[in-house]
Amino acid sequence: MLTLKSVQAGYGRLTVLKGISLHVRPGEVVTLIGGNGAGKSTTLRAISGLLPPARGVVEFNGADLTRLPPERIVALGLALVPEGRRVFASLSVTANLELGAFHRQDQKQVRRDLEEIRERFPLLKERASQAAGTLSGGEQQILAICRALMSRPRLLMLDEPSMGLAPRMVSRVYQILRELKDEGTTLLLIEQNARAALKLADRGYVLETGRIILDGSAAELRDDPEVQRAYLGKGYREVWE
Amino acid sequence: MFLQQLLNGLTAGAVYALIALGYTMIYGILGLINFAQGEIYMCGAFVTVLLLGTGQVNFFVAFAAGMAAAALLGVALERVAFRPLRGFHPLVPLISAIGASIFLQSLALLLFGPNDRPFPIQFNFSTITIAGLPLSSLQGAILAAALGFMALLVVFVRYTRYGKAIVACALDRDTARLMGVNVDRMVALTFFIGSALSGAAGIMMAIYYNATYPRMGLLPGLKAFSAAILGGVGSIPGAILGGLLLGVAESLGAAYVSSGYKDAIAFAILILVLLFRPQGILKGRGD
Repeated sequence: MLTLKSVQAGYGRLTVLKGISLHVRPGEVVTLIGGNGAGKSTTLRAISGLLPPARGVVEFNGADLTRLPPERIVALGLALVPEGRRVFASLSVTANLELGAFHRQDQKQVRRDLEEIRERFPLLKERASQAAGTLSGGEQQILAICRALMSRPRLLMLDEPSMGLAPRMVSRVYQILRELKDEGTTLLLIEQNARAALKLADRGYVLETGRIILDGSAAELRDDPEVQRAYLGKGYREVWE
Repeated sequence: MFLQQLLNGLTAGAVYALIALGYTMIYGILGLINFAQGEIYMCGAFVTVLLLGTGQVNFFVAFAAGMAAAALLGVALERVAFRPLRGFHPLVPLISAIGASIFLQSLALLLFGPNDRPFPIQFNFSTITIAGLPLSSLQGAILAAALGFMALLVVFVRYTRYGKAIVACALDRDTARLMGVNVDRMVALTFFIGSALSGAAGIMMAIYYNATYPRMGLLPGLKAFSAAILGGVGSIPGAILGGLLLGVAESLGAAYVSSGYKDAIAFAILILVLLFRPQGILKGRGD
């Protein structure tokens, strides 16, 4: 469904991604884990078109995304929930949701989707006319996810959806992601919270300083001693001794 | 006397507000002050006056054509003078805007000459007295039309898909793009609307003062810029409020202090605002 072949990207002379190859199959939940500055967000920016890759190819359902601007990419069915939620703070909750469907032409269906999403998340109905910036961090994250869903994505990418949230909201967000997974939504998830991500995901890639150093099923990665030590916080004692 | 001056001030202020809306919308989406806004105002007035001068065109058609010409000039200006400079230091497009302003003024001077042109058609405006207050129907018409345009703009921005998309671009350009919003198109649309409003302002002032000339946009442009700063640049309600306040302050100042200081008052306000409340009365970007 989504394929990256030796993608390189960076800012100016600084190359952040030094050749990333990965793929996501339909219905899969794939996670990309790694520390700060490993290039996780940059990978999503490269896929979504915000940071066009310097080299390499990004393909989505047979279409070459490499030179397309973000507004065209979202129309092909690839949505990104950006890092830090980035809701439009002074616009209402409903306006945020409507903007998620901006590229769609089927206004009647958009109305129905809006109703459906409000039924599912009553919060979005109760706060419909409230400015999005007045929601709590967790509520904003739910809004950001729903806004992306309003574009009817075939693949939903999430950049650190648990970042900066209270533990209770982290489990709420992951509960939503699990529901999406059970409905068959394809997800590409980036996390520093590797524990939560590997619990949800089918497969994963481990990113370090712009390169993929490890990939495998989520279970394999969970059991990998290196991943356990570096990202799951296990085995400190063994390291000490 | 006081009420009469208040009314004069509101009329001029409503016109400043229309131009200030152009400044504020463009600033909101691009972070850029388009100093050629006054020349767009002049362009609207000239197109209407020239069309009416032929004697073949209905007033409302000429008015709409003036607004359309101003809007297209704004869009063209964005394409030629600003878009190629995106991503440069903010002073660069600012210099480009001043250059465009000088260029358009000189072009108008070359094409139309330096003389004032009277407005080609005469209106039979009457002065009616309500509660001892002489109300000119010309002022009433200008005030009503300007407020009507402002109401249309507010409705457009608040309630339409494209209006919300413009606000989204002003708030967070990258995220707006992720939603499928084509930012270039929204910038062009913003220039289109802001310039159409300035064009309408120019036409109304051409009627009010019965004079159309190449440098007519200079002073109203600078005053509207002051009004936008006063209200809080980037804020649409701020531009409206700033425009009306500035117009009233100017008119009352002229009446009670000295009419010689009329133009100085606007800029004194600008300096005071910059010193004491640089964010303006209503701070905002894109709301």
